[in-house]
Amino acid sequence: MSVLTTVFAVLFYVATAILLVFTAHKIWRYAKAPAPLKIPTTPAPTTRSGVVFRMVKELTIFESLFKANKWTWLFGWMFHFGLLLVLLRHLRYFTDPVWGWVVFIQPFGKYAAFMMLAGLAGLWARRIFVDRVRYISAPSDHLMLLLLIAIGVTGALMTFVDHTDIVALKAFFLGLFVFNWSPLPDDLILIVHLSLVILLMIIFPFSKLLHAPGIFFSPTRNQVDNPRERRHVASWAARLESTKTG
Amino acid sequence: MAVAEFKTPKIGEYPVIPHLQEGVMAHSKPYVAKPDLQEKLGYPGELVDNWKEVAIEKMGELTGKYRSLQVFLDSCVKCGACTDKCHYYLGTTDPKNMPVARQDLFRKVYRRYFTVSGKLFPKLVGAEDLTEEVLDDWYSYFHQCSQCRRCSVYCPYGIDTAEISMAAREVMDVVGKGQKYCNEIIGKVHVIGNNLGLPEPALVDTLEGLEEDVEEETGVQVRFPVDEKGADVLLVTPSADFFAEPHIDGLIGYAKVFHQAGISWTLSSYASEAANFGMFIGSYENMQKLALRIRQAAIDLGVKRIVFGECGHAWRVAYSFLNTLAGPFDFLDPSYPVPQHICEVTHGLIQEGRLTLDPSKNDDMVLTYHDSCNVARASRMGDRSGGQFEIPREIIKSVCNHYVDMPSYSIKEGTYCCGGGGGLLTDDLIELRVKGALPRMEALKNVVEEYGVTHMAAICAICKSQFSKVFPYYDFEMDQIVSLHQLVSNAIVLQPEEATPSEEEQADAA
Ligand code: HEM
Ligand code: HEM
Ligand code: SF4
Ligand code: SF4
Repeated sequence: MSVLTTVFAVLFYVATAILLVFTAHKIWRYAKAPAPLKIPTTPAPTTRSGVVFRMVKELTIFESLFKANKWTWLFGWMFHFGLLLVLLRHLRYFTDPVWGWVVFIQPFGKYAAFMMLAGLAGLWARRIFVDRVRYISAPSDHLMLLLLIAIGVTGALMTFVDHTDIVALKAFFLGLFVFNWSPLPDDLILIVHLSLVILLMIIFPFSKLLHAPGIFFSPTRNQVDNPRERRHVASWAARLESTKTG
Repeated sequence: MAVAEFKTPKIGEYPVIPHLQEGVMAHSKPYVAKPDLQEKLGYPGELVDNWKEVAIEKMGELTGKYRSLQVFLDSCVKCGACTDKCHYYLGTTDPKNMPVARQDLFRKVYRRYFTVSGKLFPKLVGAEDLTEEVLDDWYSYFHQCSQCRRCSVYCPYGIDTAEISMAAREVMDVVGKGQKYCNEIIGKVHVIGNNLGLPEPALVDTLEGLEEDVEEETGVQVRFPVDEKGADVLLVTPSADFFAEPHIDGLIGYAKVFHQAGISWTLSSYASEAANFGMFIGSYENMQKLALRIRQAAIDLGVKRIVFGECGHAWRVAYSFLNTLAGPFDFLDPSYPVPQHICEVTHGLIQEGRLTLDPSKNDDMVLTYHDSCNVARASRMGDRSGGQFEIPREIIKSVCNHYVDMPSYSIKEGTYCCGGGGGLLTDDLIELRVKGALPRMEALKNVVEEYGVTHMAAICAICKSQFSKVFPYYDFEMDQIVSLHQLVSNAIVLQPEEATPSEEEQADAA
């Protein structure tokens, strides 16, 4: 077993553990923190199913962002939708046999890389050239885009320029699942791609990437507008009840 | 008053997103609450010695208590969608008035003390120690947010800067740096029952005066009852309705509506205030204490319904929070929502044909309507989502012949705050108030020039006071702002002989 394989095998285990444990911890915190008051941004749906519809619109077409700024929406949506297709296409490295619909989206996923990169480039341009967005950006905001662009570019290089040994790569990942490692191909581009992905996985739970789980817990979006019909009381607020008169 | 000179912004041809001018509003700060005001609310009188530890501990407590705060602090991706949505940014050009930048004043401290990345790499992720300068910035810029929620409409995660302002103000209160205006007012309500500190005899006096005025003008005896046990409706209204212009004309409108519909009603001297400034300082406890006065009054007076007068944030607290804070209201008549807005009552009566209206009485005006932020984005009227936009407009159209809306980006869920909400309606913040009104003034000017609009109606005590104050800065007249129920009052046709049964009963009981 080469050093490279061992190092990456260990790194993938560690990164996956960090990603899962710390993201789960955050999600647990979000779930546990009560929302003591009804604060949906109105007009809001008055039923649960209405709220589900509102959330689906936020998740799929970024409805609020669309209202706010068409350029950010366009670039943001290109990036995310591209990313989604790319990640779905990636499932073929981790499943055997590969599911039918993953096979079906292969050609789309392949070119989605360009959509994703174009979106990222647009977002970064906005961050650099629009004075308001530049003002609110920390170095990490720029670096996050750079990281994703680097992952995308190395990926696309492998897809369109310098192929790697997909069969061996797949064997490596399937081996990881059963703790029976096979060698990782030692292509430089692949190694860079994977190193950056590992970095992304480790950063995820400690960064603004928490917006992905966070959006599901946002009370202004996920609450039903029915405070008059249903009394809403959080646990710590209930403890104050004893002070009430009448 | 030692308020620095400032220039009123110019209204352009069309709205523009200004370029940043750093620090131009750093000097804008409201007066700090004196020790006695602070202590009345249970806060330390002045900045405590170990304020940093206290503040950080409080931040930790709040992120565990409010899911909104925790999620909002973590989730912002700095996409910038909200940056041009705040009227204070548009009016002042100070970048710290961009919603996300305002949040970041708090978030950078959160990151420094509560996140791994901020502890290890503060510079990289924009984390900062809590220092005196930071606290100073907090005091300045969290008192330049009217908690209007416009930013939250446009944020892809619904991040509501108002929630963060409230949290920051609560932290400042517990370290001993509260704001005079809000805390003084809350203290008065706890003791006397209203923001003005108007005691019962003065209230009764004022209302008797009103009865006489209305009778003189209309020849009809319209009553303004206080503390009348057994009335059907407890009316809770902002105390500004008792004396300020144009608020008082709205109060007369409510009375005429009740009178003509034959609904017996009463004010309470114990809960003579709809406003709840506890929300502005982010204090659940204070907000609840104020809300409980209303419950108590309803029980003591044995009413069947609670109705709120025209007030924006009060309606938010009433509609969205009252049931939570002071419920359940199972002792009231279950056939009415608790509480109701006066507009819902009036609208319902119009639908049932129980009001005699002559819209030509308002023919001297061309109206437009200002959606108050807390009504538009933090509550509802009627049983359909969006009723808070339709119901007031339908009322206006039933009592006026000439109505036009302002440009679509400035109304309904996109409405601009008047510039004086969220506990900022104080003279020490006049520069901020004038500048923050700019987007609304632009939208108003647009319909004034295009459609000859003469008056703007509102259903919020703060909006009304704010506009009467800032209109002259933009070359409008003070009295171009009117109460919605003032329009109803003008149009309602009262029959002198009309004496409804419930009124007689009331007269017997009194
Ligand atoms: C539930 C799934 C997700 C939703 C609904 C979502 C939604 C959004 C939205 C609405 C924005 C703001 C607009 C924009 O700048 O694009 C955004 C920004 C961003 N998202 Fe996501 N996202 C999700 C998952 C992810 C994931 C998995 C990643 C990364 C691996 C990611 C990375 C980013 C980044 C880096 C930005 C900031 C872009 C910038 O710098 O302008 N998102 N996301
Ligand atoms: C363990 C995780 C990952 C592995 C093993 C992996 C591996 C690969 C490989 C082998 C390719 C070349 C595909 C080909 O030659 O046809 C590729 C392409 C690509 N990768 Fe990854 N990748 C991973 C994670 C990611 C992540 C998280 C992203 C995005 C943030 C990403 C973005 C891309 C892109 C944009 C392409 C080019 C388009 C495509 O072929 O789908 N990869 N990746
Ligand atoms: S809540 Fe209103 S005042 Fe506060 S930052 Fe958002 S838009 Fe500005
Ligand atoms: S719109 Fe929301 S996510 Fe985007 S910068 Fe503003 S607060 Fe952050």
